[in-house]
Amino acid sequence: MSGETPVIRLDRLTKIYGQGDAAVVALDGVSLEVPPGQFLAVMGHSGSGKSTLMNLLGFLDSPTDGKYWFQGVDVSTLDADQRALIRRQFVGFVFQGFHLLPRLSALENVEVPLIYQRVPAPERRRRALEALEALGLGDRVRHVPTKLSGGQQQRVAIARALVVRPSLLLADEPTGNLDSARSIEIMEILSDLNRRQGITVVLVTHEPDMALWAERIVEFRDGRILSDRRNDRRTA
Amino acid sequence: MIRQSIWMALREILLNPLRSSLTMLGMVIGVASVVALVSLGQGTTAQVTAEISRMGRNLVMVFPGSGPRRAGAVSDAPPFEMADVQALERVPDVVSLAPVSSTSRPVIYGNRNITTQVTGSSDAFLQVREYALDSGRGFEESDLAGARPVCLLGYQTRQDLFGDQDPLGETIRVGRLACEVIGTLASKGQSQSGMDQDSLVLMPLTTVQRRVVGNTWIGSMFLKVAEDADSARVMDEVQAILRERRRIQAGAEDNFTVRDTREIAAAFTSASTALTALLGAIAAVSLLVGGIGIMNILLVSVTERTREIGLRMALGARAREVLLQFLIESVVISLLGGLIGILLGVLGSLAASGWMQIPWIVRPETLMMAFGVAAAIGVVFGILPARKAARLEPIEALRHE
Repeated sequence: MSGETPVIRLDRLTKIYGQGDAAVVALDGVSLEVPPGQFLAVMGHSGSGKSTLMNLLGFLDSPTDGKYWFQGVDVSTLDADQRALIRRQFVGFVFQGFHLLPRLSALENVEVPLIYQRVPAPERRRRALEALEALGLGDRVRHVPTKLSGGQQQRVAIARALVVRPSLLLADEPTGNLDSARSIEIMEILSDLNRRQGITVVLVTHEPDMALWAERIVEFRDGRILSDRRNDRRTA
Repeated sequence: MIRQSIWMALREILLNPLRSSLTMLGMVIGVASVVALVSLGQGTTAQVTAEISRMGRNLVMVFPGSGPRRAGAVSDAPPFEMADVQALERVPDVVSLAPVSSTSRPVIYGNRNITTQVTGSSDAFLQVREYALDSGRGFEESDLAGARPVCLLGYQTRQDLFGDQDPLGETIRVGRLACEVIGTLASKGQSQSGMDQDSLVLMPLTTVQRRVVGNTWIGSMFLKVAEDADSARVMDEVQAILRERRRIQAGAEDNFTVRDTREIAAAFTSASTALTALLGAIAAVSLLVGGIGIMNILLVSVTERTREIGLRMALGARAREVLLQFLIESVVISLLGGLIGILLGVLGSLAASGWMQIPWIVRPETLMMAFGVAAAIGVVFGILPARKAARLEPIEALRHE
């Protein structure tokens, strides 16, 4: 991995939900390295542990055991507040259900993460506008989510993820609620961000078509890595 | 951050106008009651203070019987005598003492005939009861010694009998006694307690005793106590002297009453105290119910917005920022309710003070206090929902349907 500090380095990362007889091992000693600028697809059926991995990578949850280095820093044992601080600074999320705030306009939605970063209002507005324009939504900034199509909503969500200039973009089934044309549109955007801006992208999906956009595909089953391969037939 | 939260809160409130206004209703009623209550209380106090100063400051009243009685009403307790007056005049800090024999008689001048209070006293009466002479002269020693048929007219009595005519030197009939008007009194103003202090004919004590009522009784005594004296001590001393003089056995009840203006003021305020207590209870209950209402709605709101909370956490909100957002929402709701309540309370007290005929007093401190109470309720009853929101796990909250 050319001596560069990996964005993500996992060492036997384990997550167990519940206790005693009811304990469920969601992630069973996963070790993985993701170098900066990689486009990684995580595949698996539901219950394979891919969502748990996503939550741990995005600091939404903390591991039961094992180590997680994020950009060379051990982040395995941070508390909820420290995780929130890393999250707001370095991680952008794109969800299957878009998760836009229904009462806010597109612009205000994109501004939300900057509010938590204490970015002053004028700069916040400017950066949010830039992000929306970069995603072709310059004429939709005043629209509330219900006035936007699914593809537009997901693009607003991507703008919101990018506006903090994250080093890691986590996309959890981003095309799950979209038709194939919109899906391709979204995947083109993610691919483009990865290539042009060098953002590390981790895509969680159960659709092989979508995984083909990535340069590396890791497949999960029962909380373990089943296969880890380079994607030679990458969709352009 | 805080400004954003306030905007968010206002947006939530405006999007659910019916729910928001019902939520605020308790606060509105509570704060309105508090404002009206305090304002009316201050109005009553001002009223009573004015009343006391009209009656005479540092005034101690002594009358037979065990309770207050109306002028002219008969008490079966023995009246006072001149010797009592002389004994009480020697009590330290008694600046002056006015013995009074009072009755009600028809008073006639020309073709005008009114029935009014006829008060016999010494010239100390004017000083003790703080009447000012408007024209003419007061009583002289010879008037008292000779029981001369002279009189001073209260402002209202003078108006009733003479109108604009100058009464000095005229003769009026008091009962069957012809009596010369030697002076008039300045108005003391209408008393709110129903005591009309401007309707009276004031005559020398001896004249009333001998030539109007036909006895030597003294119906009551008014004592003026020195400005810096302890009136409670003076009253104790008066009581001791009178008990001895009236030969009341140890342990037996007084057959006379000693009161000062403070006690009389307390009697005046008792009615408004009952009203105050009632309003206070309404206010406290409304504020409590209002606070619980806000808490209830916010708890529902937290459940409804679980996904939003999860999302905000995913976007970098810490627990404390989620807590702050809901606390601010609670405070904004209760402050809005408080502001409406202040407005209604001020208008309500304006109407009520007109109806109760007391001065309308609204102090800025009162409004600031009401505002503070509203804010405090917002914080206190917002804590529970805000903590519930802040304690949500981001993954659980995001997955919430």
